[in-house]
Amino acid sequence: MNLKSKDLLGLKDLTAQEIGHILATAKTMKVVLTTNNKKTPHLQGKSIVTLFYENSTRTRLSFELASKYMSASSANISASGSSVAKGETLIDTGRTIDRMGTDIIVIRHPMSGAPHLLARNVNASVINAGDGMNEHPTQALLDIFTILEKKGKLEGLKIAIIGDIYHSRVARSNIWGLTKMGAEVSVAGPSTLIPPGLEKTGVKVFTTVQEALLDADVVMGLRIQLERQKKGLFPSIREYARFFGLDEKRLKLAKEDALVLHPGPVNRGVELSSGVTDSEHSLINEQVTNGVAVRMALLYLLTRRSGNENTN
Amino acid sequence: MKILIKNGHVVDAKSGRNGLYDILIEEGRIVEIGNNLEITNGDWIDASGKYVLPGFVDAHCHLRDPGFEYKEDMESGTKSAAKGGFTSIACMPNTDPVIDNQSVVKYIINKAKQEGVVNVYPIGAITKGQKGEELSEIGELKFAGAVAISDDGKPVKSSSLMKKALQYASMFDTTVISHCEDTDLAEDGVMNEGYYSTVLGLKGIPSAAESIMVARDLILAEYTKAPIHIAHVSTELSVDLIRMAKKRGVRVTAETCPHYFSLTDEACSNFNTNAKVNPPLRGKKDVDAVIEGLRDGTIDIIATDHAPHHPDDKNVEFNLAASGMVGFETALPLAVTYLVHPGYLTIEKLVEKMCLNPSKILGLNKGTIEVGKAADLTIIDLNEENTVHVENFKSKGKNSPFNGFLLKGAVYYTLVDGKVVVREKILL
Repeated sequence: MNLKSKDLLGLKDLTAQEIGHILATAKTMKVVLTTNNKKTPHLQGKSIVTLFYENSTRTRLSFELASKYMSASSANISASGSSVAKGETLIDTGRTIDRMGTDIIVIRHPMSGAPHLLARNVNASVINAGDGMNEHPTQALLDIFTILEKKGKLEGLKIAIIGDIYHSRVARSNIWGLTKMGAEVSVAGPSTLIPPGLEKTGVKVFTTVQEALLDADVVMGLRIQLERQKKGLFPSIREYARFFGLDEKRLKLAKEDALVLHPGPVNRGVELSSGVTDSEHSLINEQVTNGVAVRMALLYLLTRRSGNENTN
Repeated sequence: MKILIKNGHVVDAKSGRNGLYDILIEEGRIVEIGNNLEITNGDWIDASGKYVLPGFVDAHCHLRDPGFEYKEDMESGTKSAAKGGFTSIACMPNTDPVIDNQSVVKYIINKAKQEGVVNVYPIGAITKGQKGEELSEIGELKFAGAVAISDDGKPVKSSSLMKKALQYASMFDTTVISHCEDTDLAEDGVMNEGYYSTVLGLKGIPSAAESIMVARDLILAEYTKAPIHIAHVSTELSVDLIRMAKKRGVRVTAETCPHYFSLTDEACSNFNTNAKVNPPLRGKKDVDAVIEGLRDGTIDIIATDHAPHHPDDKNVEFNLAASGMVGFETALPLAVTYLVHPGYLTIEKLVEKMCLNPSKILGLNKGTIEVGKAADLTIIDLNEENTVHVENFKSKGKNSPFNGFLLKGAVYYTLVDGKVVVREKILL
């Protein structure tokens, strides 16, 4: 099967079937990734550009390695050090990249909806690598892939997402993806960091971490941005950690074999205690590996899609 | 030059006239209203099957002239108004320079005389440069021709300054039009705070940001006994607060705009920047409350808040997109489709809210069909259905969330001072 859209903008727009297809493809890619000879010809003759308006280490590196392992030509553009810094509009920048024969543009942007705007204005496929507070679909896909790999299923699993839901594109993408795949999602966080109407998306919303953790199969911690404190959203890191931090004791509320995920980088002692971060429950390092596999799968599927369109 | 409008269904809110009449116009004025009128020479308009209404009066629009002529100018703005059936429009002062002194008022009045095809009335700024710091020369603005004062787009943040503005303006019988928004609470929000802002990951503006300021301004108006007009009411609580203030005898009038009774924040889905407006499109219960407010008289008028923008201002990230939508050319069909046809407003009530009341609030001698008055008239078909095509707008702005909507109600003729500006739906 092929993905319906030319772009991957969010999990909100994908069907469960499409998500399943991406995950199955990622499984094959992981085999490639874990062999000694990490080179496939799948993206030979394709070009991938990463366009990042926000700093990123792991996401960008993950995309870049995914392209290289599959023999694509790749290039990177950062907001600083380009015409972007000279005030060029997103559409103009996008069209310029498009006209250089780019097959896929991977964009990260501080504003929600920027990838959608880009996608409407270029022929290349656009992959959203995180837009504002909206979505971070490849992160959620790698999270879901990691859960599926360990648990063998998603249907009926209880997943707790803890932390700053309001500002989190990771949380939003996971909520869309996990609920579509049949998981039961609970969220907990300070009430100032829970966006309004969230329960309408089909998740259970709690203001105590204990309620959300009870019998959970998977616990996802979200990175708390320290500057939110200055905006008055919570009083202190200390108080945040006391009421919402995940330590060994709290983790006991979840199932015995519960998995702990975190998109990284972790504020140790805040969202997760060091004990939890380094415990056998934690899959944080596994997530990083799976991130490359998922991105290889997406690059493959999106380029294959456009190839089919041209030849059939 | 004589014009005879034959067999139209005339509706006038002031006289209560509501029936089939002929209207005879001579030298730009209405000279006779009656039956079986005849003329031997002159222009003859067949209005059978149509409604003949007073020309619409818009108490709230943005003409962008001077300063932002790439978005709209006097000619395009007034032509758009005429196409929408408006014969008198009051333009907000957020131009460049701001309408905060008599020279800019005179510039607009003169430019409208030269290039405009409808009557244009400038609204002066409450504060110099709309900065919210010092009162502008309200007396001079008034005597130069400003019909009200407003810092539209920006609220007067200081309660103390707002109190003084109300006190001072009432001395000149000038109504203060308040754009109600607590900017601290609105922060850097870009759409209504609610389920859809959550789904889109966009920063929300709580409805409380509007209602808090409405409450403050009503309290100040009661305290100073000065008249106040609340612009673009969009929340349920604002409607309730205004209803209560009216019961208490506060000299308050209120407006809403077509988009607040026809759309919800769902329209922002897929990051549609044409649905970005301030105040933002709200939830379903707010829309219902606005309609109820119109129905029970809490909301006195329908204004357009016509806010044209260039595509470059809208074809950007949602956060960066300019707020506002064009309104002249969809106002009547939206009111007819969402208020008249469902039975919330009769055609008489619509005339009150689009003609008589805005004219009263601005102190204009307009909004009625009377012998001796200027022949500002709009002839509409109440049932004709048309699909909105923004590319056909006379406005330079094509920024409408209603593109592609199938709406009932069409403007067939617009007459300004007895001059036919729109004939058979075509702008002359």
